[in-house]
Amino acid sequence: MSTNPTNGGEALVKSLEHEGVEVMFGLPGGAILPVYDPIIDSSIRHVLVRHEQGAGHMAEGYAHATGKPGVCMVTSGPAATNVVTPLADAMLDSVPMVCITGQVPLAAIGSDAFQECDTTGITMAVTKHNFLVTDPQDIPRIIHEAFHIATTGRPGPVLVDIPKDIVDPVNPRSAMTWYEPDSVPMELPGYHPQTAGDPTLIAEAAELISHAERPVLYIGGGILKARAAEALLELAELLQIPVVTTLMARGAFPDSHALCLGMPGMHGNYTAVTAMQRADLLVSLGARFDDRVTGRLDGFAPEAKIIHVDIDPAELGKVRQYNVGIQGDCKVVIEGLVEATKRLGPGAQADRSAWRSTISGWQEKFPLTYEQSLPGDKLKPQFVMEQLRDGNPVDTILCSGVGQHQMHASQFWRFEHPYTWINSGGLGTMGFSIPAAIGAKAGMPDRRVWAVDGDGNFQMTAQELVTATVEDIPIKVALFNNSYLGMVRQWQEMFYDERFSEVHLSDHVPDYVKWAESMGAVGIRVESPEEVAPAIARANEIDDRSVVVEFVTDARENVFPMVPAGATNSEVVVDPSQQHLLDEARGVS
Amino acid sequence: MNVASVSPRWHTLVATVENKPGVLARVAGLFSRRGFNIHSLAVAPTDDERFSRITFTVDIEGTPLDQVVKQLDKLINVVDISELDPAHSVERELMLITVEIGESRKELMEIVDDYRAYVLSEGDERLMMSWSARPARLDELEERLRPFGIVELQRTGRVALPSLDN
Repeated sequence: MSTNPTNGGEALVKSLEHEGVEVMFGLPGGAILPVYDPIIDSSIRHVLVRHEQGAGHMAEGYAHATGKPGVCMVTSGPAATNVVTPLADAMLDSVPMVCITGQVPLAAIGSDAFQECDTTGITMAVTKHNFLVTDPQDIPRIIHEAFHIATTGRPGPVLVDIPKDIVDPVNPRSAMTWYEPDSVPMELPGYHPQTAGDPTLIAEAAELISHAERPVLYIGGGILKARAAEALLELAELLQIPVVTTLMARGAFPDSHALCLGMPGMHGNYTAVTAMQRADLLVSLGARFDDRVTGRLDGFAPEAKIIHVDIDPAELGKVRQYNVGIQGDCKVVIEGLVEATKRLGPGAQADRSAWRSTISGWQEKFPLTYEQSLPGDKLKPQFVMEQLRDGNPVDTILCSGVGQHQMHASQFWRFEHPYTWINSGGLGTMGFSIPAAIGAKAGMPDRRVWAVDGDGNFQMTAQELVTATVEDIPIKVALFNNSYLGMVRQWQEMFYDERFSEVHLSDHVPDYVKWAESMGAVGIRVESPEEVAPAIARANEIDDRSVVVEFVTDARENVFPMVPAGATNSEVVVDPSQQHLLDEARGVS
Repeated sequence: MNVASVSPRWHTLVATVENKPGVLARVAGLFSRRGFNIHSLAVAPTDDERFSRITFTVDIEGTPLDQVVKQLDKLINVVDISELDPAHSVERELMLITVEIGESRKELMEIVDDYRAYVLSEGDERLMMSWSARPARLDELEERLRPFGIVELQRTGRVALPSLDN
């Protein structure tokens, strides 16, 4: 686009270019049609999806992988309602995203026009902010504000709803005089995100940490949003304090590090769960005391004092009262904690040798484990996950759907680098994996991207593999097919007396290999353990198309450890093969 | 007696917000999603037309209220929000009320005089008056007038400002 825009539609596309958008995901339709014309001449790559939900999750996957805001664009009405799920997902996982929706012409708003819905009303609760633009002259400024809001403070999704008449060059209402989006002041008098932590509170926190004998660094997804993984490593090593990384923070601290305890929570490993439970101090950095982490709240970490660091002041004290609460960007605050700790001197730290040996004892006694399959059994999902891990480099980007395969991935993969794990943590959106993986691959074309998925998930969004083929964004899918909605089945087995209600999908249909092939991907079915590694290797050799490897897995296999719903984390149930050890230990204490 | 004046769970919040479409819906949405009721609400532009001031009273316990206030503060269009301490603020509310005059015009006019209410309109059978005062005093007047027969009543919801005592 060489000449300066003279109408809202061209101004919108040019504004997106000015914001540095390189890729956007979308699907055109009536109300957004005028904006799709200047897209033809734009430097922005547009990826045409098969369902608008896919566009939203692709934008999320792109944002997770690159750290840049993900952008999607869809039309009005049903298209806008189809992106509600990704918006809610991005809201709960603090994903920076800008979503453009078409709207019926201004004069038709509120008249039940064709493909009209109250998009800003519907999305008010699932966006960090949304805009209804009524004047084309505002477009560059509002687009700049949208990106500013999406990417600063606690990141999140921002929606911009744009009526057709103000972007349609044949309509005189679309006329505007171009200006660069950041050349005018933003009009956001109520938005002032605060990044610097209060130095007095940081000093207080460093002091509190120095006295702790059983501290744990409780790391949430905020560390990744703040790009604070390096700062965290320095802090943990300086203090020699063990680290747990929540589902949203896997990769923020290397799993291979001696201080890393892995994932806590409902399906966390025994040591991570128990270390938090027995701690005398939890240093929460960018985490939000989610119910999946705390278990029953009144029994969570009963002896722990709390230092809570978050950029969002509404998180401080929301769930658990803190002793020191610091509002600020995690990276800035951690750097402050490092300085404050150094000022206290090396002799200031309490003796934590007993704590470290207690933790090592748990790690030795209760490692993650599962029973290998017997001849004739279907594949164990944990075995497949280990093979997948061992068959791929550590910088592989792993995306996941929601359910048992997600928990097995978080448990058995080895996360060494930030931004290598992309999943739907807060909203728990089934079907997230494939579109998120496509978004990640679009943003990181030189990286290997694997999507792990369940058969229930796959059937929700698999059609985006057509997008992957047509747009030449090849991904690899490890499909864990146990013919069930596995996690729901697990709950029915454990908590509903094995009364299985509406969880069996089918043992026969669909044929995933044929389905994959029909979408232009390579389909491979794996049923025996010795085929697993070769199938993964074969998939990794194929770079010009997507690959779906269907692993036919054992539906009887459950995810352990598990903290039953409503129980405290002290009541964690471990793998059946270890439970007697735990019962003995509990009998003794 | 209206409980609004006495219950410790009642809180008065004042917010300065951008004077734009949809802002009230965003503010109200944070209450409704939690199942909290807004008891009274008064909104009007401030001396600066770009901003409106909202005064609302809500029936919420302390901890969830703190959470709602923090989340309201996060709304992009909310410039400022705080809770007003009743001991250090001045509250006023306006009431318009139409009552039946009935048999005892004299008794009614005594009450009007007592409270220094303004008679806005007078018919053969009905009297309309206005009065502004502290909300608790409005409750009181309302109860005094009830026996005459209240035909219509409209209260504005309270508005409040911090007092100048410190």
